[in-house]
Amino acid sequence: MSEMSGAAALMTALEKEKVEYIFGLPGGANLPIYDALVDSKIRHILVRHEQSAAHMADGYARIKRKAGVCFATSGPGATNLVTGIATAYADSSPIIAVTGQVALPMIGKDAFQETDIIGVTNPCTKYAFQPRHASEIPEMVKKSFYIAESGRPGPVLLDIPKDVQQQVTKMEFPDYIKVRGYNPVVDADLSEINKACEMLLKAEKPIIMAGGGVILSGAFPELQALAELLSIPVVTTFKGKGAFPENHQLALGPIGMHGHAEANKMVLEADCIVAIGARFSDRTVGRFDEFGKDINVIHFDVDPAEIGKNKSVNAAVIGDVKSSLRSLIKLIPKNFRTNEEISKLWLARKRELVNYYEDSIKDYSREITAKKALKKLRELLPAEGIVTTEVGQCQMWASLHFDVISPGTFFSSTGLGTMGFGFPASIGAKAARNDVPVVDIAGDGSFSMTENSLAVSVLEDLPVIVFLLNNQMLGMVAQWQRTFYNRRYSGVHQKNCPDYCKLAESYGAQAFRVSSMDELDKAIKNSIKSDVATVIDIPIDPDEDVYPFVAPGTGLKDMIIGA
Amino acid sequence: MYILSVIVENKPGVLFRITNLFRSRNFNIESITVGITEKPDLSRMTITTVSDVKTLEQLVKQLQKLIDVIQINVLNKENAVYRELALIKMSAKDPTTRIEIANFATIYRGNIMDISNETITVEIIGTPDKIDAFKNLVSGYGILQVARTGVSALPRGTIDDDL
Ligand SMILES: Cc1ncc(C[n+]2csc(CCOP(=O)(O)OP(=O)(O)O)c2C)c(N)n1
Repeated sequence: MSEMSGAAALMTALEKEKVEYIFGLPGGANLPIYDALVDSKIRHILVRHEQSAAHMADGYARIKRKAGVCFATSGPGATNLVTGIATAYADSSPIIAVTGQVALPMIGKDAFQETDIIGVTNPCTKYAFQPRHASEIPEMVKKSFYIAESGRPGPVLLDIPKDVQQQVTKMEFPDYIKVRGYNPVVDADLSEINKACEMLLKAEKPIIMAGGGVILSGAFPELQALAELLSIPVVTTFKGKGAFPENHQLALGPIGMHGHAEANKMVLEADCIVAIGARFSDRTVGRFDEFGKDINVIHFDVDPAEIGKNKSVNAAVIGDVKSSLRSLIKLIPKNFRTNEEISKLWLARKRELVNYYEDSIKDYSREITAKKALKKLRELLPAEGIVTTEVGQCQMWASLHFDVISPGTFFSSTGLGTMGFGFPASIGAKAARNDVPVVDIAGDGSFSMTENSLAVSVLEDLPVIVFLLNNQMLGMVAQWQRTFYNRRYSGVHQKNCPDYCKLAESYGAQAFRVSSMDELDKAIKNSIKSDVATVIDIPIDPDEDVYPFVAPGTGLKDMIIGA
Repeated sequence: MYILSVIVENKPGVLFRITNLFRSRNFNIESITVGITEKPDLSRMTITTVSDVKTLEQLVKQLQKLIDVIQINVLNKENAVYRELALIKMSAKDPTTRIEIANFATIYRGNIMDISNETITVEIIGTPDKIDAFKNLVSGYGILQVARTGVSALPRGTIDDDL
């Protein structure tokens, strides 16, 4: 057992947790930690704004399914992290945010750069630690990872006063810890699984609604096995996009405010909905009172508090969805055949709806449209390529027109809807998987919020592709103003946009501006091959809208198909 | 009214986390008391809330999610002993008033805590209903100040705390 500073103990503990990357930015209150970093094997990625550090840690975590780590100093450094922490909280992503804090004797004195960051982040962290002595640090690190990664994952804050970073302590890293009030591993109740199974086997028109929980628990093979075993069509929530291969014959794609028309329609016609790791968000189901009103709803979730929160259900299976699904599949009799007749009718209905909407949704005519650009990207990007998105129309177009083939390769800020998330998150994702191309599907407004991460992508050799659907507008807000405010545009024109190609080049990135589908084709191929960060600037028409659309406050049945 | 008896870590910041959860989830707290338990590292919080069964269920689940919350028992009037303490100061300028109030206090098993030429302060311990009843009874004299502690409660009989 060696003696070392609290800061060195922190770094040693992080190494023991097998941390590969730290995304952060130093300041007065975390100088001892940055000093300890010099002797550490962990790679530090210097960001240009702490918000991006949190998003990078988040992007890393979503790919690795392991906590990502970010560092910030106290006060403004810590508050800059908040948007990223809240984003991770809303999407149940495990990140560990380590903030410096003023020295213990200064706490509460309104000291320089003092912020009560634990108070500030209380509603958006799973837990927060503030060691009072360096000797507490190793155990707190171990607990932070345990809490962040287990059960329903989420962000944990570790706020370390500067004098505690400097204190000398023995380094004792526990092999095993227990957190008294925290028992995240619940094995699902077998009788509830039985009940769910019975309901499901009786259903004539069942549908699976897969959510983010499927991705978080990696339950892809189980989900696919269940769907195939009983021939059940699968819709996904927005966060669940990519939980199921979207080129599968049972896939209907996303439902909700900007879901596929056939998916929204099919959900309304079902007689049994199996929600797996989904929380019935208002964006997914529209009006709670209308959704799944007279039918059986079966809910699988790891978080007991999600059961009955937004929607009362007929069977609730609480536990890790991967193991719950395994148990469910075992209960399905080997020789069970869905009533062939009925099942055929249901699947025929699916095909009918898909074809109907494919024909009835008119394409916006122009050389390059968002839809065409995204279809092209899908065609050229390898199946394992990772995609993140920004927020707005770009995000919804990605949801509608970019099919995820390899499960767990699509990530977006779905819960908080954070503009500026996608680009830094894509850099974090690249750090987690540098063997596949990583693309951020962006709008110009969102990209402007964290575009300075270009420096990180270029200098840290984490090259990603920014697929910029450039309408020189805060497009989604403009669409709402067109639709609900009689075209009274307010605050949506991005006047004096920079030349994004020049901007990218000034950071040392590669850039293409494309004006035809041919050029786009070449630009995509070139960027996938390239090993520098690339911005593809794709001018699109500011009037192109996202359809279908379920207006807020209405139900899925009121879906608007087009203008 | 529901009474939640919640065992929590006896640490700084825990009360804040709990009250903040009520605020951010739009739940209402009628009263909340905290004090140390038989184990020095644990505190017992007694929270009373008026809500329907569905909201209560969500409330308990959300509370359970907090890492500092070790155990929750939902109690009600039948399965709990519960008490509140109130100090009630009344205007009592003439001696007969003071005697009347003192008599009422005796009937309610209250204690006179302070008497001055102008005021009389009574301590009442009991269920919130009983305290309300006493307050109504003496309201005619002019209540000057009231301090109530909120409810403290324990389950009746043996409920195993698996702590
Ligand atoms: C940080 C933040 N601020 C504001 C919003 C509200 N908002 C939602 S979509 C949107 C427009 C996004 O514009 P852009 O990134 O250019 O994408 P587009 O809709 O044009 O594709 C805005 C402002 C938000 N989601 N996040």
